[in-house]
Amino acid sequence: MRALREAMSGIRRAPVLTLLSVMAIGLSVFSIGLFALTAHNIDVALSDVEGRVEVVAYLRDDASEEQIAIARHEIESFPEVESARYVSKVEALYEASRELTEFSDVYSDLEVNPLPASLEIRLEPDHRTPDDVEAVADRVSAYQFVEEARYGREWVDRIYSLRRVAGGAAAILGISFATGAALLIGIAVRMSVLARSREIAIMQTVGATDGYIRRPFLVEGLVTGLAGGLLALGLTWGSYEAVQRTLVSLAWLPVPWTAAGLAFAGILGMLAAGRAVRRELRRLDVH
Amino acid sequence: MVQLRSVTKSFGGSSAAVQDISFHLRKGEFAFLTGDSGAGKTTVLKLIHMLHRPTSGEVRVSRYSSSRIRRRDLPGLRRRVGYIFQDFRLLENLTAEENVAFALEVTGMPRAKIGPRVQKLLSQVGLAARAQAFPRELSGGEQQRVAVARALANEPLVLLADEPTGNLDERASAGVFGLFQKINASGTSVLMATHDAELIRRHRDVRVIELEQGRLVFDSAGETE
Repeated sequence: MRALREAMSGIRRAPVLTLLSVMAIGLSVFSIGLFALTAHNIDVALSDVEGRVEVVAYLRDDASEEQIAIARHEIESFPEVESARYVSKVEALYEASRELTEFSDVYSDLEVNPLPASLEIRLEPDHRTPDDVEAVADRVSAYQFVEEARYGREWVDRIYSLRRVAGGAAAILGISFATGAALLIGIAVRMSVLARSREIAIMQTVGATDGYIRRPFLVEGLVTGLAGGLLALGLTWGSYEAVQRTLVSLAWLPVPWTAAGLAFAGILGMLAAGRAVRRELRRLDVH
Repeated sequence: MVQLRSVTKSFGGSSAAVQDISFHLRKGEFAFLTGDSGAGKTTVLKLIHMLHRPTSGEVRVSRYSSSRIRRRDLPGLRRRVGYIFQDFRLLENLTAEENVAFALEVTGMPRAKIGPRVQKLLSQVGLAARAQAFPRELSGGEQQRVAVARALANEPLVLLADEPTGNLDERASAGVFGLFQKINASGTSVLMATHDAELIRRHRDVRVIELEQGRLVFDSAGETE
């Protein structure tokens, strides 16, 4: 309670400095927010494409219905597999003529259906990596009545590397922005600590422990950080709305991301404050 | 109580701020620490308060030794050694009462006990009626009394006063000095740094430790331990 009271009093005593700190944190976290919004939307787009990754096992014409039913059951029990749909020769022809309308006449004139029956195997979201897709394709190919298993290897590889690049870029830029934000906050909080250097020295003189001296500053850093986080959230939301209305439809950040962003801003404020006070305590320390 | 043994402190310059100083301030003793400006009086007080660490030699305050004390023990020592500055060093945004309470809060004393104790301390220094005043509303003498009440809050074994009357007029100085005598009479040792020769002359019964250019040149107790 004392720490909170002191922190609030510190904020009231130096409103301009506090406002500067909030803006420093707000703008830094806002840049992270914008990046997170972009990264999230790239992720959503990639997940959409990735969701279409499937292994198609083309079946020989002599495969019996019983064999297919057993195989389908077995394939669906693979941990990597979400579902396996049987597409009969008739359905394949129907779908082909529906999807490729320019060849519909050719399909209708056929005397023998040349399209094979198949099993369309969808993979679990966690198992859409190139290795898993290839492994499932290999296992499925092992069935005698499977003529061939295809999965668009190039696409899977490309999507997977795109995702890795996006993830890596997100991590690098996120760390860079966070470091910049921490430096800015550090400067702002250090100014606040220096403004109260005399007070800290008096506290030491009367026998205050480091923890007692540090606590109000940590709370002040937390409050300032959270305020900066809310500012960043507001700015990110404003940008999202602006883009949404004028340019392109976007997905808003998931709730855990915004909560993590706020917590991050608060913790950043607290850590920066802690570092600034520690430096000041060392400066005033016995020498 | 307070013992300095061959203490030298240098800050990296060509000459030491204090050099080879030894003296012993006993329990309940009152002493003036005198000398011209720059003689090393404040350095000696800061060495005793362990704001400075000796370059060589040892400072002992009760069970605390400068050569063995750990960082986490410093708050404990400083609660047992009251320190009074020439410029009072009160927190401007706190009332007299809150300035004194503050020294008790840092020790973790329960709030219920702090109130009555602060009232008692302010009465002891004659400021009970000005408890709600802010430092800017108090005279220099009154501010110094608040500082004394704050220094006494944790019942220190020894009170260090650095030119406590330096900023006060004659009447206020006499009042503050009288307060120190009263505190000393109750058993607290007092070491008061001053270059007020008149004050020292008026109190011939008080021990005088004199410094000159960082060296101890005179001790009326005749001992240099």
